[in-house]
Amino acid sequence: MKRAIVALISGTVFGFGLALSGMMDPLRVRGFLDIAGNWDPTLAFVMGGALVVMAAAWQIQKRMHVPLVCDEFSLPGTKLIDHKLISGSVLFGIGWGIAGLCPGPAIASLATSIVPAGIFVVSMVAGMGAFRLVESRL
Amino acid sequence: MIIPGFPGAAPVEGLAGGLLIGLAAAIMLLGAGRIAGVSGMAARAVGLSKGGTPWPMAALFVGGLALGAALFTMLNGPVEATYPPSAGWLVAGGLIVGFGTRMGSGCTSGHGVCGMSRLSPRSLLATITFIGSGMATVAIINALGGGWS
Repeated sequence: MKRAIVALISGTVFGFGLALSGMMDPLRVRGFLDIAGNWDPTLAFVMGGALVVMAAAWQIQKRMHVPLVCDEFSLPGTKLIDHKLISGSVLFGIGWGIAGLCPGPAIASLATSIVPAGIFVVSMVAGMGAFRLVESRL
Repeated sequence: MIIPGFPGAAPVEGLAGGLLIGLAAAIMLLGAGRIAGVSGMAARAVGLSKGGTPWPMAALFVGGLALGAALFTMLNGPVEATYPPSAGWLVAGGLIVGFGTRMGSGCTSGHGVCGMSRLSPRSLLATITFIGSGMATVAIINALGGGWS
């Protein structure tokens, strides 16, 4: 129960931050990726702000035995660098460049631009389903 | 504030929003002991992940994203957003983003914010890769005359 509330608060602050940051505008995100054209560096400021806070959070995490409302930390431990990490990231970047949307802003935009964001999110879920189907063969 | 040479950039709003995104990820990490990775949480919320995150947590985190954006618009008015000119871009982009983020185990939040701040080599490599591939994609689309703005 407590951890569900923590997740809701985290998601809500996240969505508010996305809206404030300008990252819910696909044109602005596309502008960051348009390095050879009319470059918009805003995304770098967003990433910088988020990284500063999270770098501090990791330092605090190192000194904690358990999280505030759970019995243990459940963090990814794999160090494996394989073709799936690289190929998946290449694909993600291609889709990001095509639409100007990544998963967070797309889902947050369901509250503000239901039709275009909805088309993207439904397609994204279909893509996740497609990966699930072929996962064992990759 | 305007950055010389980049009149369209919004560095103050970007930095402030970024600090909040970092705070959100810190709340998830220190509060519930997990990574605030949107693609993983979204897959879990729709039942497309075996992942260990309890379903209510994933669903509420994902729902919170839209709730937070809705709260912002209630306080500050509409969010500026220009979408691609036709649904085809959204469908193609969405399909590839969904497939790619699952295959690569993360997106801008999980690898970009949470992983890079932890100095995870996997996440550093993933982030460099998807930013590079995104930049290449936009450059190719523009060169083919398909750019939208």
